[in-house]
Amino acid sequence: MAVRNLNSAPAVIELEQVNKWFGQFHVLTDINLLVKQSEKIVICGPSGSGKSTLIRCINRLEEHQAGTIAVRVDGQRIELTNDVKNIEAIRKEVGMVFQSFNLFPHLTILDNLTLAPIWVKKMPKKEAEAIAMSLLERVRIPEQALKYPGQLSGGQQQRVAIARALCMRPQIMLFDEPTSALDPEMVKEVLDVMIELANEGMTMLVVTHEMGFARSVADRVIFMDFGEIVEQAPPAEFFANPRNERTRLFLSQILHH
Amino acid sequence: MSQATEAGQVAPARLPPTVDTGAIAWLRKNLFSSVGNSLTTIVLAGLLVWLAVWFIDWALLKATFQAESGQACVGTGGACWALINDKLRLIFFGSFPYEEQWRPLLAILAMIAMLVLSCDRRMWNWRLAIVWAIGSFVTFLLMFGQIHIPVTLIFVVALLAGAGGYLLRRATAPDMERIAWIVLMALGALYLVLRVAGVIRGAAIPVAPFEYVETGLWGGLPVTMILATYGLAAAFPYGILLALGRRSNLPLIRALCVGFIELIRGVPLISLLIMASFLLPLFLPPGVSFDKFLRAQVAVILFAGAYIAEVVRGGLQSLPKGQFEAADAMGLNYAQKTAFIVLPQALRVVIPPLINTFIGFFKDTTLVLVIGIFDFLNTANAALVDPKWAGFPGEVYLFAAFVYFCFCYSMSRYSKYLERELNKGTQR
Repeated sequence: MAVRNLNSAPAVIELEQVNKWFGQFHVLTDINLLVKQSEKIVICGPSGSGKSTLIRCINRLEEHQAGTIAVRVDGQRIELTNDVKNIEAIRKEVGMVFQSFNLFPHLTILDNLTLAPIWVKKMPKKEAEAIAMSLLERVRIPEQALKYPGQLSGGQQQRVAIARALCMRPQIMLFDEPTSALDPEMVKEVLDVMIELANEGMTMLVVTHEMGFARSVADRVIFMDFGEIVEQAPPAEFFANPRNERTRLFLSQILHH
Repeated sequence: MSQATEAGQVAPARLPPTVDTGAIAWLRKNLFSSVGNSLTTIVLAGLLVWLAVWFIDWALLKATFQAESGQACVGTGGACWALINDKLRLIFFGSFPYEEQWRPLLAILAMIAMLVLSCDRRMWNWRLAIVWAIGSFVTFLLMFGQIHIPVTLIFVVALLAGAGGYLLRRATAPDMERIAWIVLMALGALYLVLRVAGVIRGAAIPVAPFEYVETGLWGGLPVTMILATYGLAAAFPYGILLALGRRSNLPLIRALCVGFIELIRGVPLISLLIMASFLLPLFLPPGVSFDKFLRAQVAVILFAGAYIAEVVRGGLQSLPKGQFEAADAMGLNYAQKTAFIVLPQALRVVIPPLINTFIGFFKDTTLVLVIGIFDFLNTANAALVDPKWAGFPGEVYLFAAFVYFCFCYSMSRYSKYLERELNKGTQR
């Protein structure tokens, strides 16, 4: 894999002193994070550590209560406020893939892909379908275009979900445990698609426990616990030489079964 | 070699267990599987046969089909269908002028045609609007005999159709079509502005091929069908709006919807009808009056809307949160999310309870008799008043029940068909 020089790249996501509570529970504490263009970040940590909440704050599926979150859209820095215009502008640039796929079961695969481009980007139907078919070819399931999600395997559904997010031509992709709901033999087909995407220069934030993926793809691995970023480092350093006690404990738990 | 592969060998495919088929096997398995079952089968079958023989004897063999009066039926031990025969037009059309009763008959046929066409899924687009526009126009023209179409209404429709068409097709339509929608919208708006400013006077286009018949004379099956069809057709979108409002993030809208639903569900339909019929006129300024039929229709719509709202809410709540999140993450706005993701799935889930509500309301329209509107059951009742035919209520009610059953059973079957049709493809 080519070594990228990220230092000169502009920041596309900025989180500054972000805090969030679920009732009394402090789910995110003083999160500071700068994501550079084309950077791939893997976020790991025990369940309940706030890693999913963190990336869900970036496209406003969750609302943060203190601090600022900003995303660069078309060279402009847009801050995430309650302004619906800002939220919609950011969501157009940020694609998301969920643990449970969340495909629309009543629409065909093709309609799943073209819905947002047609209605959000006002793209002509023909053009949207052409893009959708080329993306389905990229995730290697063009022959399933006219089927319904329920007729596909989990791995195929998740690849469709990735294609659906890509259909909006986003600059940034968020992955929320994309392989956790899959049968083991289907994990690889999804990871392969994600690796391809990474190699093409997509900015990616991936919440996952797939440490092999982190090792080979990530520019930076972030470890979260109790709503805080405990440690962040390039993967080689992160796995070889974790500095924090909690990181070491976590790694020992997931790497040695 | 053969030993080496033994462990990895694929087990030979086995045939599925044999299935007994044929009528005898089915009978043995389902009806005569044990002594107790055999006895139950024989006793119940005997009872069924006895009932069927008795009914055929009463309803067909000993029945009187033609007679001058009820006298002919006394002592025959059979049904007096002659009564139905004699009173058929009263039962179906009530007090609609006798010579003009071909009009409600055609109106019934027009409505049935409209409803049957609406059942086809391929019609669920702009065609539906056209079918309903034509169907409704024909129905009410036949029933009233004369309709005066306000010119303003035509332009309001133009404005709404233009706006709707533009909003829905803006993204995908070619330029020419977009311009056509805008022109339509502009024409409507221009007329309304001039009308409000007083430049143009209000006018109406009269369509008056027949003798005018006021709603007070309507009766029988057309009344039941109009109340149910337009009641439910209006209550359905209105109930959906209430259900969406009940889940709104805006506290005021939510409170209004919850308040309305609870208020309406908290009172019987009869009290609502009586209120619409007797109390509402007291609150209106003098000189302003609504037709009694229209008031009953509005009461039915309000009532049905509240119930439909609760059914739809069940469907909305059954949707997994992930569906909303996926739609949000893709940048769909509230209207798009609701129209393309939420409602298609929510309504699919609630087809059985929704049709259940529809069937209930079809029958509940009979309650309009308390405010003196002659629906089908009420005109059937009226047929009993004639002393010439006194003493045969069973036949009349059985006939009325049969007609209601035809409608309700059709709806029930349609519900089954629709469920199957909509779930095609979405299941493995």
